[in-house]
This record gives sequence, structure tokens and C-alpha cells, in this order.
Amino acid sequence: MKVEAGHSTTSPVSIHDLTVAYQRKPVLWDVDLDIPEGKLIAIVGPNGAGKSTLIKAVLDLVPKASGKVMIYGRPFAKQRKLVAYVPQRESVDWDFPIDALGVVLMGRYNKIGWCKPVRKKDIKAAMESLDRVGMADFARRQISQLSGGQQQRVFLARALTQDATIYFMDEPFASVDATTERAIVKVLGDLRSLGKTVVVVHHDLQTVRDYFDHVILLNMRVVAHGPVDEVFTDENLKKTYGGRLTLLSEAADRLARH
Amino acid sequence: MPSLEQIVRVLSLEDYNTRVVVLGVMALGAASGLVGTFLLLRKRALTADALSHATLPGIAVAFMIMVAFGYDGKSLLGLLIGAFVFGCIGVLAILGIRHTTRLKDDAAIGIVLSVLFGLGLCLLRIATELPSGSAAGLSGFIFGKASSMVASDATTMGVVAVSIALVTTFLHKEWTLLCFDEKFGSVQGWPVLRLDILLMVMVAIVTVVALQSVGLVLAVAMLIIPAASARYWTTKITPMLIAAASIGCLSGWLGAVVSALVPRMPTGPIIVLICGLWFIISFIAGPKDGLIIRQWTRLYLNRRIAKQHILRAMWEVCEGNAVPEFTVDSIVYVRSWNKRTVIRLLKKVSKLNYVTQLPSGKWLLTEFGFAEAARVVRNHRLWEMYLITYADIAPTHVDRDADMIEHVLGRDLVAKLELLLDATKIPQSPHKIGVTL
Repeated sequence: MKVEAGHSTTSPVSIHDLTVAYQRKPVLWDVDLDIPEGKLIAIVGPNGAGKSTLIKAVLDLVPKASGKVMIYGRPFAKQRKLVAYVPQRESVDWDFPIDALGVVLMGRYNKIGWCKPVRKKDIKAAMESLDRVGMADFARRQISQLSGGQQQRVFLARALTQDATIYFMDEPFASVDATTERAIVKVLGDLRSLGKTVVVVHHDLQTVRDYFDHVILLNMRVVAHGPVDEVFTDENLKKTYGGRLTLLSEAADRLARH
Repeated sequence: MPSLEQIVRVLSLEDYNTRVVVLGVMALGAASGLVGTFLLLRKRALTADALSHATLPGIAVAFMIMVAFGYDGKSLLGLLIGAFVFGCIGVLAILGIRHTTRLKDDAAIGIVLSVLFGLGLCLLRIATELPSGSAAGLSGFIFGKASSMVASDATTMGVVAVSIALVTTFLHKEWTLLCFDEKFGSVQGWPVLRLDILLMVMVAIVTVVALQSVGLVLAVAMLIIPAASARYWTTKITPMLIAAASIGCLSGWLGAVVSALVPRMPTGPIIVLICGLWFIISFIAGPKDGLIIRQWTRLYLNRRIAKQHILRAMWEVCEGNAVPEFTVDSIVYVRSWNKRTVIRLLKKVSKLNYVTQLPSGKWLLTEFGFAEAARVVRNHRLWEMYLITYADIAPTHVDRDADMIEHVLGRDLVAKLELLLDATKIPQSPHKIGVTL
């Protein structure tokens, strides 16, 4: 296998010197990262820090101003089959005329191929994925009739049915109910035990320690990254969130005292 | 009024002219229903409108070029190629404006549609004043002139319809993915841009073919209205495609028949009006989100809520009493209803054997009513407890929230809550009943 210099072949995602700009306004500066294999990794940072943009740049959804991203040592375009993506729930129109099963089946379209219809085994695989997120009973429900958390689980099931090696999830925990949160956490654990790498854009600082192994602290640049125990410190968080963190930690203190 | 004989002649497609027009517009209707469904789901309805208006300068330019080179300026194929090219230019202009400026789709569409249509009108005038060749028929494309159709036109429409049906069948799942979640498709490696272009090319072909019969001003109606109507009948994409194609096809047929029967009625506008009629019927009577079903569901829910409210109120005023009897006034006291409403509701639930009126004028909960009321109250209070325990909502706010959610609370959830809160008997209400602070 041809490998470009400076990139790790063992790292599932190797980001080198990445800069992303939206119309003259840079969103990400000089990101250098080797994401470890088989871990649950959280991308944490304030609003507008470029968390989603980082994922989108890796997946070629936004143009890179400079830099390179390698998936196991090769460009993403050649490694698509290894990657599953869970976009933000708000990114689609949930009034679309399709049921939950139909959405999950989209994760199998690659395996089905051009112009061919969905087969029985695809439906079986999709149903298994729905079952893994506790949504098998809702397979034939029109997607607008699902709650926000249920919609999120449908998205997760669609990624699971791709049977990938690396999973990118954009804010899967954003405004979901407790059942959904538990279901997602369980799926994350399952994926880790299968040796998959999962990169999650995460907004809830309280749960980072409980849910993730590694953390990437991001605010337009990578402030720190590494195992949660070493990197997820007050000092690094202050560097990431600046003044805003004091407000957060006060709120957290008050919660803890109750 | 057309005579019976005339009607029979039109319906049996005896006349050559009627036959050409009816078959042609039926094929066109089916094709636009299919493409229109994806167009609608891609939220490009107005782009298609701009596309159809942009064809006008194309027609004029094609005419002038053909005349300049000494050909017959009115060669239909040549005119349609010109229309197609300019339609595509229109769409590209919209995409260009959107990607390079801050303007949003609606403004971009407004600019392109009006400027190209204006250009078309000017070029058309220039074309008509050219010394060589007569451009008199060209303005027929603006509002359509179905009567000028010949057999080859109907054949073209048929071929287009069959091709589009084939493309839609084969690219069914690819276009569905494009319309629902383009980004996901792109990550999977589908060429979303090319799929998008192909969809717009299909739209352009249908529009261009529709120019002659429906005209460019109304062409977009054939694309949007059948698809929008179909949405009221189904929530699945495949039935929606079939419904849209059928509605388009039927409208085409009815429109052509009506305009053949009523003299001097233009075919295009009649077809569009019939499409509109379909939309009104679907909007009112459609089983998915139609007006009637929506109202009925709301009424049904309101009645259920009222029933549960009266049951709870009765149970609460009787709570702790040896005999579950009460006066109308005691209900009025704990609820916001006036006396008349309370009596009306009591009469309603008495028909369900929940209560009976005693000779003294007081009301008595029956055994059946007591059990049902106890169930409703228990559901309600479990939910209140759940909210207080888990969701951190201040107790004074609970009642209202619980009232809304209680009615969607199913048996499963109640069972779970019972386990969760270990409540086998009816728990005490966590707030004082009937007291507003």
C-alpha cells in the first residue's frame, strides 16, 4: 500500500496541517491530530469552535483551505467503505415521505449498488440495526411521527447498518430524552468492544468522563488532545472555553451541592 | 352544452386531433408527476418555474439562428433545443448567484426568472419583425397551444414519459437519498452533484415538452401540483410517485376532454385548473394530514381530554368521602368551567354510565365510573410524580404540563412508571387541589 510521508498508517484518522475557511473567515487553524484506534473520542469545545467543521472536513463535505486527512494512511475518497457518518438531526427534513426502516436502509445503499432494488437481506440487516437502538417496533412509523430522540436513534441505526470501522457522529446527544441517551451510550460501548473507532462531537461537559476514552479540546485550533484522565482538566477547559467556563463550572458546582 | 354524441366522440378518441392531444397530455401529466415528486422533495419547485420562464429567450434565439442560416424558423426540434439550452442556463444562473453571493434562493430565482423572461419577450418582438420568416406562432409557447399538436408531438411526449418512468424506477433509491440527506449520500460516495444535475435535466426535458401544450407560464403547475396533492394521500415515497403520476395523467385527460368539448377553451389552463381541483380535493379530503382528518383528530382529542378532566374533577371532589357523590357547584369550584359546561359534561359521561343523577339533584359516581376515574387520576399523578422526580419542574407548574402529556400516555409507559415509582395505590396529589395562588 502506498503511504504518504508524515502520516501514520495505523491511525484510523490522521489529520495533518488542516485549515478550513468559510469565505475568508478561518474556522479551523493548523489542526494536527492522530486519532487513536478502537477508542471513543469526544470533540469538545464552545459554540462556533469548528467541531462539526472538523468532521465535515475529514469527510470532504467542506473544502479544505490547506492540509491533508488520511484514513488508515490513504485519502478518504478511497476509504469510504470504512466510514459511517451520523449527521446532525436538524440537517434533514423529517417531513420526508419515508418510514424509519427506509431511512436505515439508506445505510445499505452502497452494498446494494446502482439502480438495484432493496433486497430481503438488506431489510433484515436494517431491522437488526433498529433493534440495536431499541427502535424495531417503530420500523414502519413515518419519520415525522417519531420524537426527536427516536429520530436520533434512527440516524444511529442507519450508521450501524453500514458496518464501518470508523464512526463519525455529529452531536448525537443534542436534546435527546433519557432513553435515547442510554441507547446511544450502550451502542458506543458495543462499538468499542468490537474495536471500532468512534469520533463524537459532544457538547455536554458533565458526561465526557463517563462516556469517552479520549477527548479533543477544540477552539478553532486543537487546545489539547489525549486520554480523558490526562487532558480533561480544569486548566485545559479554561484554555478552550475562556471566560465562559467560569459560568459553567459555577452552574456545575451548584448542581453538585444539591 | 355539448351534445351526447359529441361527448361520446371525444371520449372514444374518434377525432384525430382529440386523440393526439389527449394521449399527449396524459403522457406529459404522468411524466411531470414522477419528476415533480422528486423536484418537490428536493425543494426546487420555484427553480423549475424559473427554468420554464428562461426557455422563452431560447425559443427566440433558436428561431433567429435558424432563420439566419436559411432554415425553417419554426422547426419544432430546433426551437425546443433552444428552449432546453436556455432553461439550463437559467438553472445554472440561480445556482451561481446562490453560491457566490449572500442572496438566498428566492431572490436568485426572482432575478433570473424575470430577467430571462423579459429578455425573451424583447427577443420575441425582434424575431417577429425580422423580414425573413414569420414568427407569428412563437408566442403560442407562452400560454401553450395544444390544438397545434400533431401525431409526432404526442409520440415525443409518450417517449419522454416512458424514458422518465424508466429513469425514475432505476434511480429511485439514489434520488431518494439525494432528496432526503445529500450529505450522507456524499459521504457514502454517491455522485450527488451529478444525480442532482440529472434530476434538473429531467425537469428541463419535461418543461420543454410541456411548452407546446401547457405553455411556459403554466408548465411548473404540472410539475408541482400533482406531487403536492399526492403528499396528502400517502407518507411513503413509492405510493407518492404513483399517486402523482396518476393525478397528472388524469388531469391531462380531463383537461384535454373538457377543452375539446367546450369551444375556444385553451387546453393548458384547463389542465392546470383541473390539477388545482385535485389539490383542493386532496387538501380537504386526503387521509394524511387533510383538513377533514386533521379537524376530526383534534375534535376527538379534545373530547377525550374533556372526558378525562371531568372524571378527574369528580374523583378529586369525592376523594376521601365514604359515598362518591357530589354537587355541580363543587366541580365548578375546583375547575375553570362554568356551571353550564359542567352540566353538559356530566350529561355526556352519564351516557357512558360513569355517573347517575340522584333524586336530590346531587350526582353519584357509579362503580364503573369510579374505577375509570381512579385509573385516570392514577395515570395523572404518576406522571406528575415522574416529572417532579426526574425532570426538575417546580410543583406549581406540574399540573398543566401533566394535563398535556397525560393524554398521550400509553399503557406501557404507565406500567413502567408504576415500577419506577413503586406506586400501586393512588398517590396523594403533590399539590393542593382547587387552590389557585
